Amino acid sequence: MSSVSVPPAGTAPAAGSPKKPAGGAADHGSSLWGDAFARLRRNPQAVAGTIIVFLFVLVALLAPWLAPFGGEELPGQREIRPTVIPGIGEIAAYPLGLDRFGGDVLSKLIWGARASLVIGLVSTALGLAGGMLIGIIAGAFGGWVDNVLMRLVDILLSVPNLLLAVSIAAILGQGPLAIMIAIGASQVPIFARLLRSSMLQQRTADYVLAAQTLGLSRRTVTMSHVLPNSLGPVVVQGTLSLATAVIDAAALSFLGLGGGRPETAEWGRMLTYAQADLAIAPQLAFLPGICIAITALGFTLFGEALRESLDPRSRR
Amino acid sequence: MLRVIAKRILLVIPTLFGLSLLLFLWVRSLPGGPATALLGERATPEAIAQINELYGFDKPIVEQYFTYMQRLLTGDFGASIETGRPVLEEFALRFPATIELTIVALIFAIGIGLPLGYVAAKYYGKAADHVSVVVSLIGITIPVFFLAFILKWVFAVELGWFPPDGRQDSRIDATHFTGFWVLDGLLTGEYDAAWDAFTHLILPAIALGTIPLAIIVRITRASVLEVTSADYVRTARAKGIHERTIRDRFVLRNAMLPVVTTIGLQLGLLISGAVLTETVFAFSGIGRFLADAIFARDFPVLQGFILFIAVLYAIINLIVDLSYSLIDPRVRVQ
Repeated sequence: MSSVSVPPAGTAPAAGSPKKPAGGAADHGSSLWGDAFARLRRNPQAVAGTIIVFLFVLVALLAPWLAPFGGEELPGQREIRPTVIPGIGEIAAYPLGLDRFGGDVLSKLIWGARASLVIGLVSTALGLAGGMLIGIIAGAFGGWVDNVLMRLVDILLSVPNLLLAVSIAAILGQGPLAIMIAIGASQVPIFARLLRSSMLQQRTADYVLAAQTLGLSRRTVTMSHVLPNSLGPVVVQGTLSLATAVIDAAALSFLGLGGGRPETAEWGRMLTYAQADLAIAPQLAFLPGICIAITALGFTLFGEALRESLDPRSRR
Repeated sequence: MLRVIAKRILLVIPTLFGLSLLLFLWVRSLPGGPATALLGERATPEAIAQINELYGFDKPIVEQYFTYMQRLLTGDFGASIETGRPVLEEFALRFPATIELTIVALIFAIGIGLPLGYVAAKYYGKAADHVSVVVSLIGITIPVFFLAFILKWVFAVELGWFPPDGRQDSRIDATHFTGFWVLDGLLTGEYDAAWDAFTHLILPAIALGTIPLAIIVRITRASVLEVTSADYVRTARAKGIHERTIRDRFVLRNAMLPVVTTIGLQLGLLISGAVLTETVFAFSGIGRFLADAIFARDFPVLQGFILFIAVLYAIINLIVDLSYSLIDPRVRVQ
């Protein structure tokens, strides 16, 4: 993530406890992020989360080589009948069985990882960009600008997140792009609120006063001192949002907002159609469901460990 | 106290006003305009012109907004495209079902979440703590509708312990007058109907309540841990106060503040979750109606329901804020 810049060493102490007892942080200096990553390496939760996320990204990137069949292919069309769907291990060519369209479940799960990764990354990036823009403007200007923007955020927060995403998707029409924008936009208010409060908190710090006393311009103080030090909670929320985005994307797909063909390789879509075959082929629901849950778990574990390692109070 | 309530209510009004403006603009920005949204993409130009005239969509936007606001303030939220009935009526018809479901889900979430969180904090770092942390992590990351699937498959399809869908067995002829079917059965003395309605609530409530449960476990754990290490608890111990008194009067009461906030915040999540849970269990509450409205592009329903939910949300937040002063006298002083 390029938005995560390491703040100048001199400003870091204000964001947390200045001196850490020796150990772990030595090779990174004493910067906030260096410290945080040093602690992350020693946290089993973070390691587990990283492994899950790493595997997920790997599968998503290598989908064309890992998947036995293409994402759009329906190789087993001849094997299925309305009452018979070959399950796990029943036909050697399709290790995880077929779905009701004749698609190979294993291939679809692998291509689904790719779809989830793209949706998660793009929507979270959109949410971050929009939220940070609003947050920076509100946090930097304060006064009536802040008031107007925060009331707008209040309004958006008064609608449950998923409903907000659904409403936005309704304007944009169906399809993956609409889902990404909808989920991203529904996360904007959270990021905006978070960055603003984080910036307001930092603005009262001594190092800001020091920078002002040195005669630095307001823009320099805001952009190169306050902002980098305010990013912590936003980055944590961004990681956690990746989990939410994967789940929400599946939910929107499940609600029929995904568009495109019904056999599209998407975890949420696979769950939608599994509903009808629950009695004869429950694995069709279990497999994509477990994939969604594990992916979300990976991002959540990592995000929470990151939060803990950035939180000065948790340093013991 | 009254002044605080009045002030809070006054603060909610601009938010709702803003939301109604956004919802108004939202319907006008739908692809093809509101008339196409109403009639579908294959509508003839004549039909669209007719609808535009009928609903006043051809008038200047400012004028439309005033008519819209006038109607909203008199309680006219338009009519559903699908059923033709007033949106307000549709909401009132289904709302009790969702409330019933939400209450059972909350009882499940709080009833298990609070003790589990407390136990985790008490045995911090021990097996019970690890178990509750893992359980709550799984609870947070599992998608609601997937959990609903699993519950339905295991307990309704395979084991047959609970009914798979609906609110009541169609063979039971029950009298309904409040909209709360369990309550109806209890009031009319039709206990079998009440029991049947209750068994229909269990699986959806567990599906709906699991995420809030997980979140309540975590917040309770963190909050109890923080309070237990507070100076006043140490002082109380030093004074030789009975452990149970310390737990009830010092730890729990102080640890409850963030928990109450969290429970209040969960209600918004419950409504989102209800859309998915009610769909899986074919449970006819506002959530399922909303999901159907999304499918059918029934915009008056979506518009009205989102506004109602926001009002509800605001009321809940108000109650949560006010409940602080009951739990924490320090808030009352400020």
